[in-house]
Amino acid sequence: MVEHFETSNDVTVTLPRIRERIPTVVVDDAHVIYRVHKGAGGGGGPVGALKRIVTRTSAPNIREVHAVKGVSFTAYRGEAIGLIGSNGSGKSTILRAIAGLLPVNRGAIYTQGQPSLLGVNAALFNDLAGERNVVLGCLAMGMHPAEVQRQTPEIIEFSGINQRGDFASLPMRTYSSGMAARLRFSIAAAKKHDVLLIDEALATGDKGFRKRSEQRVRELRESAGTVFLVSHQLSSVRDTCERTIWLESGVLRMDGPTDEVVRAYEAFANGK
Amino acid sequence: MADTALADPDAGLTQAQLAARYGLRVAGERPSLAEYSRRLWHYRHFISAYANAKLVASFSNAKLGQLWQVLTPLTNAAVYYLIFGLVLEQREIPNFIAYLCTGLFIFNFTQTAVQNGTQSITGNLGLIRALHFPRACLPLAVTVTQFQQLLGAMVVLIAIVLVTGEPITLAWLVLVPAILLQTIFNAGLTMAVARLGAKVADLKQVMPFLLRAWMYGSGVLYSVTLFEENLPGWATRLVELNPMLVYIELGRVALLEDAPLLNSSLSQLWLVAVGWAIVMGAGGFLYFWRGEQEYGRG
Repeated sequence: MVEHFETSNDVTVTLPRIRERIPTVVVDDAHVIYRVHKGAGGGGGPVGALKRIVTRTSAPNIREVHAVKGVSFTAYRGEAIGLIGSNGSGKSTILRAIAGLLPVNRGAIYTQGQPSLLGVNAALFNDLAGERNVVLGCLAMGMHPAEVQRQTPEIIEFSGINQRGDFASLPMRTYSSGMAARLRFSIAAAKKHDVLLIDEALATGDKGFRKRSEQRVRELRESAGTVFLVSHQLSSVRDTCERTIWLESGVLRMDGPTDEVVRAYEAFANGK
Repeated sequence: MADTALADPDAGLTQAQLAARYGLRVAGERPSLAEYSRRLWHYRHFISAYANAKLVASFSNAKLGQLWQVLTPLTNAAVYYLIFGLVLEQREIPNFIAYLCTGLFIFNFTQTAVQNGTQSITGNLGLIRALHFPRACLPLAVTVTQFQQLLGAMVVLIAIVLVTGEPITLAWLVLVPAILLQTIFNAGLTMAVARLGAKVADLKQVMPFLLRAWMYGSGVLYSVTLFEENLPGWATRLVELNPMLVYIELGRVALLEDAPLLNSSLSQLWLVAVGWAIVMGAGGFLYFWRGEQEYGRG
């Protein structure tokens, strides 16, 4: 835990502060299984469906995806933990499970307080103006109307959607994908969180916005107990996290100091 | 990663024991009923903002915009009047058009709430998987949206009733408690079908048929006396307990002078209306709350 050095004028103070290790997130052999409806074309048409009812077999258009298979780890207060792995390795799923948004099928996840997921996936209303989406998003995070009113201009300012004309009063469907992602991130980042789960949020937007959002994440980190960061950009994991967990096909492959884990992951990814 | 120099007091604990020792809670644990109700109350602003947003969004692409809130019930009434009032001419009901519209608009309130409620979880999985809020906000917002729609329809209804020559009486005030009771009933029912719809995706396909059968059983399109004439006694008693029939009859008692009624006693009518509101309102809420953790799974 060599994270915060006391920056005082006294040059001799260079020893890391040793903290009591207080767990904030305990993941105990967690399994998450998605049920996916494949949609039309389940096979056989109406005759096939009738046959399935008669023979009592389950419909083939529902498939179970075992996204997380028995992952265990403990996160402590003050840690920033990176989650890496190939696409579809279960990183986002485990974040959602920690946030309590997706129930685990087996095992358990224990958390301190209510973790918040900071993602770019928050579904908003495409038919409504950006400004109204900000209000709705803040209310959905449990803010009070007075607070929402105070924060709304700041959020719009931060997202920078008004840089090219007054976009805040236009419906979201007129936004470019980058603008929409920026607005979503800005809404989610407006609140302080105990345990913060960040899902690829740093990769959105142009260079100027990325700089601002990295600064914002740093501020949030200071007030948050524990931060999880999912990213495909290993550089941002290296910059922000001292500990890294590597997931591969839903299984925990490695858990340790970022340098070691990222090196092993890179060797694995290049060797594929 | 460990401070090996320190004796670790947590060594040898299982994950579950470790969590218990530091007072961690299970992620996404279902809160107690009282706590859940308290949170829901805290989110009341979200519910109303969400309901408003839904209402605005549903008209945002139409040129006439929110005018459709009034135009939709009006067109609906015109179509039914054409078929049942003119083509299949009804003679035994005085002021048939007002009789029809009262039933139609009151039934429509519950019908659309149930239809939209069935999809209130499945249609918002993105929101549910992204943010943490009491999920009951979603079906409740559906009820609020439909309530706002109903207010538009009521303006149309009162205009129709007045134009067709009904007098303004004190009995009109009955409409207020009747609609409130129906709204509580709808809120419970919407929550119940929201959970059912989240579990069984096929419910969406079955719902239109169930709702149509219910409409025919509520005496919307024809005289309610037909039930008495054509059904055995016990079946008529059952129809008298149909909540939709009861709410519609209350509306007719309020607005119309001499509409045919199935329930002869007014006190029984009120008793059933209050009973259904309590049973459905509380039951639906309880049923929805019990599924709270499951809604993210889809």
